[in-house]
Amino acid sequence: MATMRYREALNQALREEMTRDERVFLMGEDIGVFNGAYKVTNGLLDEFGERRVRDTPISENTIVGMGVGAAMLGLRPVVELMTINFSLLALDQIVNHASHIRYMFGGQVSVPLVVRMPQGAGHQLGPTHSHSWEALYLHVPGLLVAVPSTAADAKGLLKAAIRDENPVVFIEHEYLYGQRGEVPDGEDVVVPFGRAAIRREGTDVTIVGISRMAVTAEKAAALLSEQHEVEAEVIDPRTLRPLDLDTILASVRKTNRCVIVEEGWPHGGVGANLAALIQEQAFDDLDAPIGRVTGADVPMPYAKNLEQIAFPHEPDVVDAVLATFRDM
Amino acid sequence: MADHPLPEPDVAREWFEAMLLIRHFEERAGEQYARAKVGGFLHLAIGEEASMVGTVRAMRDTDYLISTYRSHGQTIARGTPPGKVMAELFGRVDGLCHGRGGSMHMFDLPRRFMGGYGIVGGNLPIAAGFGLAADYLGNEDATVCQFGDGASNQGTFGETMNLAALWSLPVVFMVTNNRFGMGTALERHSAVTDLQVKGEGYGVPGMECDGMDVVDTFHVTTEALRIAREERRPVLVEAMTYRFRGHSMADPEEYRTKDEVEEWRKRDPIITFGDRLVAEGVITEDERAELDATAQQAADDAVAFADASPVPEPGSLYDDVYVLGGQVHGWYSVDERGAGVRRGEDIGGEGHR
Repeated sequence: MATMRYREALNQALREEMTRDERVFLMGEDIGVFNGAYKVTNGLLDEFGERRVRDTPISENTIVGMGVGAAMLGLRPVVELMTINFSLLALDQIVNHASHIRYMFGGQVSVPLVVRMPQGAGHQLGPTHSHSWEALYLHVPGLLVAVPSTAADAKGLLKAAIRDENPVVFIEHEYLYGQRGEVPDGEDVVVPFGRAAIRREGTDVTIVGISRMAVTAEKAAALLSEQHEVEAEVIDPRTLRPLDLDTILASVRKTNRCVIVEEGWPHGGVGANLAALIQEQAFDDLDAPIGRVTGADVPMPYAKNLEQIAFPHEPDVVDAVLATFRDM
Repeated sequence: MADHPLPEPDVAREWFEAMLLIRHFEERAGEQYARAKVGGFLHLAIGEEASMVGTVRAMRDTDYLISTYRSHGQTIARGTPPGKVMAELFGRVDGLCHGRGGSMHMFDLPRRFMGGYGIVGGNLPIAAGFGLAADYLGNEDATVCQFGDGASNQGTFGETMNLAALWSLPVVFMVTNNRFGMGTALERHSAVTDLQVKGEGYGVPGMECDGMDVVDTFHVTTEALRIAREERRPVLVEAMTYRFRGHSMADPEEYRTKDEVEEWRKRDPIITFGDRLVAEGVITEDERAELDATAQQAADDAVAFADASPVPEPGSLYDDVYVLGGQVHGWYSVDERGAGVRRGEDIGGEGHR
């Protein structure tokens, strides 16, 4: 085990996969000479050269589309978009093309493309650089969606994404880039898609946390235990497609309560989707309505005090959990 | 532009056969659409056969071709059996894409026909990606990307021209200028109507060919491919052409006059090339009629093949959404285990994910 930051774990995954497989190459804005807007690609240009670490113009849709084409011919492009908001410029290539090509062409070709991007609020970047859109990509059949919340998962899931035959939307988090965590040694330590992590075991309530909110949920669980004698089980799905619903359902059947925490908007969110799936499968096991904690239903404001109340914090999660125990 | 001599007689005859086959195929497809055997949108390329055949015959088998929602003809020119194209139009299991794509989304990997795409301009970045792959792998494969005059106004056009020139990619971009972006005339949709110059500001030089003349199209595309392959840089070719039918079958054609269409019909690429073959003694009038009848029969056979092919199994609905590995964990798709999720019918079958 080595301790490193989330961004360093991602960097290590890229370096190892590029070393392992000549077909893997990187494209993105300022990933080379600048070493990456968030330094995830730091040092890779020097190590691998311009053929494999390609600085691009600011042309998101075309960068992703070129990745689609290169992937169709058997390469393993990893495209970095500077923030998830910019990915909307590439939505045509991600949704109409990357995710559909295998299906609409009758399975003749696959698109092993990874599109990496950070999301999340907290740095006062305002309404065009701060959103959380895992729900948007979860909506699309044909895409895989990863939302790592720890350094170990960042590395292991990115390696799995690069090795997968399907197009992957790999959603990192701006806040998490600087967070440290233990990362297992070994170049073949891969975190497979479709396996949730149980971050904390508990018997009273299940809290599902998405992306950075898995960290928030774990901190909230500690408060619940210390201050309210509530033992929460915290689950981080790690990937939303494929989704390890079985692990979530097993937990809900044990605790009989569930709260879902996400940073994105409430309408059509991950929590709305998960709540629907859970009640379909485990209605009789629920002792309370499923709770949701989400980002505020507004474009992200700039002012620090407003931004801080526009995305969930530990007290919001604690309140939502306690609400599931009322009316008993 | 007819100064180019004809190619060898066998070659000239084969080009003529290919154009006739595309013409009859498209006419049959239109008829089948009217009979509701073909659904959705149907975009016919009648009038554009020379730009298709001339281009494809300039390509190597190892080159990649990528096109638009008007691509039955290119698929056939590339060698796909017409029956498989027609079966795709019919939405049948023997269609090129097993009925998943339909008219707008043909694809034939072994023949390196890398797809018809329904989003105007969506194929340009992908074409550059093929060029990037050839460059990355260090091979001689070139890419031809055909798109319409309307696509030259999309953001992807400028983005892709810039990147292809910046990275010296071996791609021939061919704008098939049929003078209309759907129903909007060229001079009403593009400030610059000389489309071959639209790439120059991005560093992509332009060339022009007479898209109504298969021989001229062949020669210009051959030179464009040489530049792309040997000089390792992109080229923009403008093929001047005209479609005789509407944009799609659902087009009352109120945006152009019958006189204009009739004027262009005098330049029908099949009639003019046939006349030339007869005039230069490559074929006789009798042979011309025989070739026409043979192509018509092949189009009829394609219809019969398509009609005999079964519809896809309902149980195949979820096939090929994902590539599934040996060890699949978790839910890829909301499937029959999602008891509360209602679908139109019980789809049954195995292996849905």
